[in-house]
Amino acid sequence: MTVIEKQTLIGKPIPKLDAPKKVTGEARYVQDIELPGMLFAKILRSSRVHARIVRIDTSAAKKLAGVHAVLVAADTPGVPLGHGKDNPPLKGDKVRSLRDEIAAVAAESVEIAEEALRSIDVEYEDLPAVFDPNAALLDDAPVIHEKHPDNIPFTYEYGQGDVARGEEESDVVLEDRFSLHFVTHCCMGVSGVLAQFDAEDNLTVYSQTQVPFLYKKDIAPVIDVPPEKIRVIQPTIGGGFGSKLDIYPFEPICILLARATRRPVKLTFTREEEFIASPTRQPVELRLRSGVKQDGTLTFRDVSTVHDNGAYTSWGATTPFVIMQTISSLYRVPHCSYRTTVVYTNNPYSGSFRGFGNLQATFAVESHMDQLAEAIGMDPLAFRLHNAQKAGETTPQGMVFRSCGLRECLTRAAEKSDFVAKHARYRKGQEGPIKRGVGIASLLHVGGGAKIYRSDGCGTMLKIDDYGHVTVFTGASEIGQGSETVIAQLVAEELGLPMSSMRVVNDDSELTPWDVGVHASRTTFIAGNSAQRAARKARAKLLDAAATKLGLRPEELDLREGHVTRADTGEALLELPRLIRSLHFAKKSEVVMTSEYYEPPSVAQDKEFKGNVSASYAFGTQVVELAVDTETGVIRIVKVTAAHDVGRVINSLGIQGQIEGGVAMGIGYAITEHLLVEDGVIRNPCFRDYKIVTAPEMPELDMHFIETLDPEGPSGAKGVGEAPAICISAAIVNALYNATGKRFDSLPLTPERVLRGLKDH
Amino acid sequence: MSLEKEIRFVLNGTPTTAAVPVTMSALAMIRDRLKLTGTKSGCEEGECGACTILVDGTSVNACLMFAVDCDGRELVTIEGIRTADGLSPLQQLFVEDWAVQCGFCTPGMVMQGTYLLSQNPEMSVEEIQRGIEGNLCRCTGYKKVIDAIAGALAK
Repeated sequence: MTVIEKQTLIGKPIPKLDAPKKVTGEARYVQDIELPGMLFAKILRSSRVHARIVRIDTSAAKKLAGVHAVLVAADTPGVPLGHGKDNPPLKGDKVRSLRDEIAAVAAESVEIAEEALRSIDVEYEDLPAVFDPNAALLDDAPVIHEKHPDNIPFTYEYGQGDVARGEEESDVVLEDRFSLHFVTHCCMGVSGVLAQFDAEDNLTVYSQTQVPFLYKKDIAPVIDVPPEKIRVIQPTIGGGFGSKLDIYPFEPICILLARATRRPVKLTFTREEEFIASPTRQPVELRLRSGVKQDGTLTFRDVSTVHDNGAYTSWGATTPFVIMQTISSLYRVPHCSYRTTVVYTNNPYSGSFRGFGNLQATFAVESHMDQLAEAIGMDPLAFRLHNAQKAGETTPQGMVFRSCGLRECLTRAAEKSDFVAKHARYRKGQEGPIKRGVGIASLLHVGGGAKIYRSDGCGTMLKIDDYGHVTVFTGASEIGQGSETVIAQLVAEELGLPMSSMRVVNDDSELTPWDVGVHASRTTFIAGNSAQRAARKARAKLLDAAATKLGLRPEELDLREGHVTRADTGEALLELPRLIRSLHFAKKSEVVMTSEYYEPPSVAQDKEFKGNVSASYAFGTQVVELAVDTETGVIRIVKVTAAHDVGRVINSLGIQGQIEGGVAMGIGYAITEHLLVEDGVIRNPCFRDYKIVTAPEMPELDMHFIETLDPEGPSGAKGVGEAPAICISAAIVNALYNATGKRFDSLPLTPERVLRGLKDH
Repeated sequence: MSLEKEIRFVLNGTPTTAAVPVTMSALAMIRDRLKLTGTKSGCEEGECGACTILVDGTSVNACLMFAVDCDGRELVTIEGIRTADGLSPLQQLFVEDWAVQCGFCTPGMVMQGTYLLSQNPEMSVEEIQRGIEGNLCRCTGYKKVIDAIAGALAK
């Protein structure tokens, strides 16, 4: 008798499924794809920040040998795109920022296309411009969009409790301003797209989008192609981090060129273009008042912010949704008010970026938590623990914490980093120019999707062939995060099959079922639940068939290592492929195929922004230990201790990778990265001058996973993709304060800015 | 059109000839002429390392080298690392250690790692970190890349 032990894949260090293709260079990114007869496109961008276009002459470009099409706004449907639908792909009447697209060329080579662009003659009439959002709010400010003469596309107001009462109950009230800067995604693979129409006007677009199904719906009117005639193929995507959540002008431009030429057309950015013409993280000015009682109980938060929207409205304008969650619900705060004004300027426009407003909010809130603790003479850890929520609580904003590991995260990160003792020791003062400091900060983020559309669901289809090979068709896009591996693990676990039997199809809208897209740290939770449930249906089907065949009950059986076994003894009874073949060849033959559409039990927020918008919430605490040279201003991050409530680890390597990458990105935001925008002009559009974190700058990283086993998560897991980048900048300024006694209220902490800050003291 | 020159070199072990414009980079030749797209173009100004190849055994940013300067040299690209027996030990460790996320920097990282291993079989972690300083990665935070290279040292 062969006995097969029960084994699990959950929590195991399973290699990423697509890694072999990536380590050999086989993986094909959009830049690597060529189709017969393919043309190359380039875009002419505005050379003015705010101007009327008086005349645009493309006649010389059209005459150039090798040029197949030249488009200006008049040649397009003129339907605006983007989250705010205020951004026509080609601008005809006026330009509002330096990146504005005004003409495009498709030619036989990139060089010819570039030469054609140089021959286009544009006459501008400059308009007064505005770059400071506060200045854009003044009565006599230049108007960016005629539809919004006040330059305000959006405002948000949120309240809970009664701030005045909270203030009365406070023993200490602090008010401070925080200012956050422009940064950008820096995906290693630059933006690009390839479009092709067939003889029946069906469009195939090779897109890097991280939201393929919403993409079809949103781009359809802009290109005047019905969504059902659009097929989205996602080649391997060279990084997303939120940047591919919206549609930007280059994609419809390329598609319109493909239609004009009846040839496949590819458009790829240069790195300089990527810096200039892809979205940014939204800069935020934030005024925060917080109160506390002498016993350490938080009483209120009162926040107002001004967001620089830039010239057009992409997802950056909606980050207040996330900012208000941290304001209202990171720690217990009975009374809260929050007001945001989103303001058009002639600056680059902001998109969504990992953390989605939460880096900015958490920087302010967690800086203030340390300031409040100090004001009442309480240890920063004890103060946070005093105000931290527990599982089972519902916050005043309506967020239901079915699982909540915030206290465990705080305790574990503090213990493992020896935070309390070091914090007390370093603050007493240190000899010599190099000072050490420790800082702590926590985070709250959605971990079970976010219901911002009518559905926050994901579809899965699953089939098992007669060799026991499983193909999982998932709506979930893969942008490097490892979703395909996690989905395969969850399916393999249910079906008792090895990872080598799994194939995940996730890159072609003709084949894959609907999904909202990769955002809000939702894929493991939502797509994972969907895949797990589809697999459970297949499992039930197989066990039923096996039970009939073997004369046993399904409950007496299990699936292990490609076999049907007895559940109790593990005795192997039947090879799975043999069972499946017997189904194919039976009198009432059938194939093993299942499907599932998982909709999380969350709700859209009401008009007051209240409601349980996510099916689960992620928490985390990071402690930073740093050394700052007070003579040069150089900060060295010595160690990061990160404790994250991840629900449950599905893949130990994948989740470490998310934390490591998020910490690196967060350190970049805090210390090295700054997109310098002066009068609407990006001054540092290259990696030489825009510094992302490099290998020698990575500190020691001690990671701890708090497994709270979320009741709704797949095998207990919750989303963690964005979380690790969110709170580290606050932990860094808190550590810098611990080291030097100087509080920094803006980023980045470059040596020059640190030195200046220390001298002002 | 710019002047073209015929060059001969060894590419991944195979004698190769190409007629290339004198203004063309080695990267453009490899990707656009020879259609080996495993070598990635990340910035075209020597800042990101995605296009790292080996030229006579030394790691080079292919975007900063003229194609004509490949004449008479021995080039290895990512396509030349995998052998008939399978992945190289370093590639295998990149897979096992999850040193890959979006994968765009990966070919360059593997090439640089291969070069470092050929130069110094007894590197410290700090030396590995410095050795890949010119290879930017936005996904991994470098930790698992360093683990993979360090692991290959032990093999």
